[in-house]
Amino acid sequence: MKKILIVDDEPNIVMSLEYTFKKQGFEVFIARDGSEALELLKHHIPDVILLDIMMPNVDGYQTLSLIKASESLKHIKVVFLTAKNKVSDIEKGLKLGADKYLTKPFSVKKIVSEILELIT
Amino acid sequence: MNSYTIVIIIIIYLAVLFYIAFLAEQKRQSKWVNNPYVYTLSLAVYCSAWTYYGSVGIAANSGIDFLPIYLGPVIAAPLWIVLLRKIIRISKHHKISSIADFISLRYGNNRFLGALVTIICLFGTLPYISLQLKAVSETFAILSDENSYISTTVIDDSTFYIALLLAIFAAFFGTQNTDASEKHKGIVATVALESILKLVFFLVIGIYITFFLFNGTSDIYENISVTDNFKALTSFGQVEDGFNWFFMIALSFMVVFLLPRQFQVAVLENNREKHLKKAIWLFPLYLFLFNMFVIFIAWAGKLTFGSSANAEYYTLLLPIEHGHTFLATLVFLGGFSAMISMVVVSTLALSTMVSNNLVIPYGFLDKFIKNQPDRNSKYIKAIRRVSIFIIIITAYFFYILFSKALSLYAIGLISFVIIAQLAPSFFIGLYWNRGSSKGAIIGMIVGFCIAIYTLVLPFTLESYLGTDDFRQYGLMGIEALKPYALFGIDFLSPPAHAFFWSMTFNLFCYLTFSLTSKGNYRERNYAEMFVDSKNFNKLQDSALVWKGEAYVSDIKNVLARFLGEKRATRALNIFFTKYKLSKDTQLADARLINFSERLLTGSIGSASAKILIASVVKEEQISLVEVLKILEESKENIVSNKMLLEKSNELSQLTSKLKEANEELMSKDRQKDEFLDTVAHELKTPITGIRAATEVIMHDDDMPKEIKAQFLKNILQDSDRLGRLIHNILDFEKLETGGLQLDLKHQDIQKTIVKAIASISQIAAKKEVEVVNNNVHSFMLSYDEDRILQVLTNLLSNAIKFCSSKTGKIIVDYKLGNDCLEISVADNGKGILDEDFHYIFDKFYQSQDQNTRKPEGSGLGLAITRQIVEKHKGKIWAKKDIKNGATLVFTIPFK
Repeated sequence: MKKILIVDDEPNIVMSLEYTFKKQGFEVFIARDGSEALELLKHHIPDVILLDIMMPNVDGYQTLSLIKASESLKHIKVVFLTAKNKVSDIEKGLKLGADKYLTKPFSVKKIVSEILELIT
Repeated sequence: MNSYTIVIIIIIYLAVLFYIAFLAEQKRQSKWVNNPYVYTLSLAVYCSAWTYYGSVGIAANSGIDFLPIYLGPVIAAPLWIVLLRKIIRISKHHKISSIADFISLRYGNNRFLGALVTIICLFGTLPYISLQLKAVSETFAILSDENSYISTTVIDDSTFYIALLLAIFAAFFGTQNTDASEKHKGIVATVALESILKLVFFLVIGIYITFFLFNGTSDIYENISVTDNFKALTSFGQVEDGFNWFFMIALSFMVVFLLPRQFQVAVLENNREKHLKKAIWLFPLYLFLFNMFVIFIAWAGKLTFGSSANAEYYTLLLPIEHGHTFLATLVFLGGFSAMISMVVVSTLALSTMVSNNLVIPYGFLDKFIKNQPDRNSKYIKAIRRVSIFIIIITAYFFYILFSKALSLYAIGLISFVIIAQLAPSFFIGLYWNRGSSKGAIIGMIVGFCIAIYTLVLPFTLESYLGTDDFRQYGLMGIEALKPYALFGIDFLSPPAHAFFWSMTFNLFCYLTFSLTSKGNYRERNYAEMFVDSKNFNKLQDSALVWKGEAYVSDIKNVLARFLGEKRATRALNIFFTKYKLSKDTQLADARLINFSERLLTGSIGSASAKILIASVVKEEQISLVEVLKILEESKENIVSNKMLLEKSNELSQLTSKLKEANEELMSKDRQKDEFLDTVAHELKTPITGIRAATEVIMHDDDMPKEIKAQFLKNILQDSDRLGRLIHNILDFEKLETGGLQLDLKHQDIQKTIVKAIASISQIAAKKEVEVVNNNVHSFMLSYDEDRILQVLTNLLSNAIKFCSSKTGKIIVDYKLGNDCLEISVADNGKGILDEDFHYIFDKFYQSQDQNTRKPEGSGLGLAITRQIVEKHKGKIWAKKDIKNGATLVFTIPFK
């Protein structure tokens, strides 16, 4: 079973994503910010991480950097899902090692297909 | 008449004059002394014994040739308003004390030039004074008893004693003040009185002779017109006579400015410039009255005595002839008056020149001892007094040795021609700034020598050698050097001839040497000041181009030598005040040098003043080129430099303003971008929520009911959030552009606080944060309740956001300030970062890491809050120096 980690501080958005991926047969983990996500990654290694950028405490960029710095985690696929859609923001995200950069608002269907495409 | 009687009359008369002079000195400010009539009458010092007696002599022997001597001044009078005024102005400002001073200053305080002018004036005036003594002596003889009185030695010559008395008079009233540029009111008053007396007495005798001895003017004319040489006496002969007239008029025109006594009364004794306005018509009138009867007296005398008597004394001889001793005495007194005023004023003027331009600058300067101003001023006065006595006594001996043989008229013209040598440097120097001291000196010397050669030498040699070979055949027998017909010009009368040649060479030398010599900078400087008298006031002190080093204390010491410590200090204080300089200024500038020189000029003359000041000043020579540059370009430069400076200041001000504005714009632009970013993010979040939830529900028909309800609730929540956000943005926009009108009502703040706490109580309870209302009293004041409620809610929810769950505590409080109510919301949360302190209320401001940290709210809350508070004319701030948490305070004024 595929595993996905959703990192976002907006509960309503998380709820829609969680429901959809569960229905697609994913095992879904949820974190409300970067620090929660890193904590969770100590015990579970997902196939893909869906990462927001603007979050309290540890933001998305920092989280990605930490993941890429860890030998055990750096192989995990990371997809940014954020409201920040400036070219400079996107470049920064991809440079840090994100596999995809998707922007809000989004189509749930599209997100699923992007994720599936990435991990199969 | 007995000669003792005459002596007694003379003594009484002199006593009266002494008394008048004394009175005038006592009442220096009285209008009896200071009015245009006294001024004009004092100008009539021009009419000396020469006029009084000599004119009749000329009229009798050469007809109307006496007139040019008075036509010159009549032509000059209207020009006084321009020319004399300029001279007076310059003299007053520079405290000029004589014509020698005036000319020497014009040519840069030239010491030698001052001395030269003095010597020329001495040569020109001594014979003139001796002429007066001669007239007195001779009339005295006529009046006492013809033939019975012949003086053999000085001791029993009454003229000698009269001369001594005059010297005493001049010495007493002429040296009251050390500063020779001070007015001599006593002398001027007596001169004015004497001018009235001599005119009245002359008119009286004129009327007596014309209307009593004869039957009016036509009677005399009819009688004289039948005599032999009548035609020659009353008409112009040839063209030569025209030349003679022209030169005589030119001569008298010049000397009415240049005679030391005329310069003394017209320039130095002038009180107010406006007196000139009266003088320009009154003085010619005076001269006209004086000359009205001259020709008739001359004809009457000729008819009575033929050629047996000295025509110059007809006025005296005619009444005596007819037994009118009283009238004769009046005539004598008139002539005596004319003589006294001339002698006194001339010796006064000459003594000042001798002391200030000859004695002091050449040898006496070292004698003035430091710190003894009284002694020094005594010295100066003593020099002048001695000069007066020496001048009068010299004139007396001159009379004994030379003048006895000559006519009054001849001596008078010799004086005129010699004095006229000052004319080119004086007149041209006033209007031509290139006129140089070299030109002036050479011109004067050459002119003077020619005048001596052509006028003085012939009769001197004749009376000594007893032969007229020199006159007849010229120097060493050279035809062209005949003194009365130089270079073959033989048709002019000797004085006109001498005047023509001396003036021609004088002028030529003056112009030539002025044009060829550069002159030094100091000279050029004064030239500019004299010539440009329109800007005189501006030029005054600053005009002196001067480079060098001088200490105020040194200059003060020099001043104190002559003025005394007190006056020197006072003068310097006045100077410092005038130019707004500090009292303890150390280094002297050009203005102070100039000022000090002027201060001393009155006492010791301009040349000496310059030398004295120069002795304590380390002056650097400036090249003439530099001076010219400074003088001619300074005005323009100053103006354009000033303009440039102003423009450049303006520009740099504009530049900095522009820079500021630009920075502000850029910062605003950044703020706007950040705001838009934030707003976009805030708008996108709920939209994302709504879109995602809707999509999920739409594609999942067999979704459990509870889950579906949760999704729908989420959609509702996000929609509300979106609505709130849009409302906030619009609200803020309204406040920002000032479109909001407050709905002010008088109400209880306590109720509003309670409402605000109630509205956030749910959120607070959810986060388990305690909210305390500290002050439960009512307080009425005027505000917009909805808006203040918004403020309180914003502050409270803000505080809740930063508080930790469970331990969080918020205290709402208020107290009365001076003129406002102070409401505070304090929490024990994480507090405000130092770097954020000043900016938290700025619109759109968010922390440095705002891009990555999700802001809780729109970022507009506090900005809106501030807008509302400021709209109420209150203030909002975050309290500093509190241990933990944050305390935000805002005020509402009582109004």
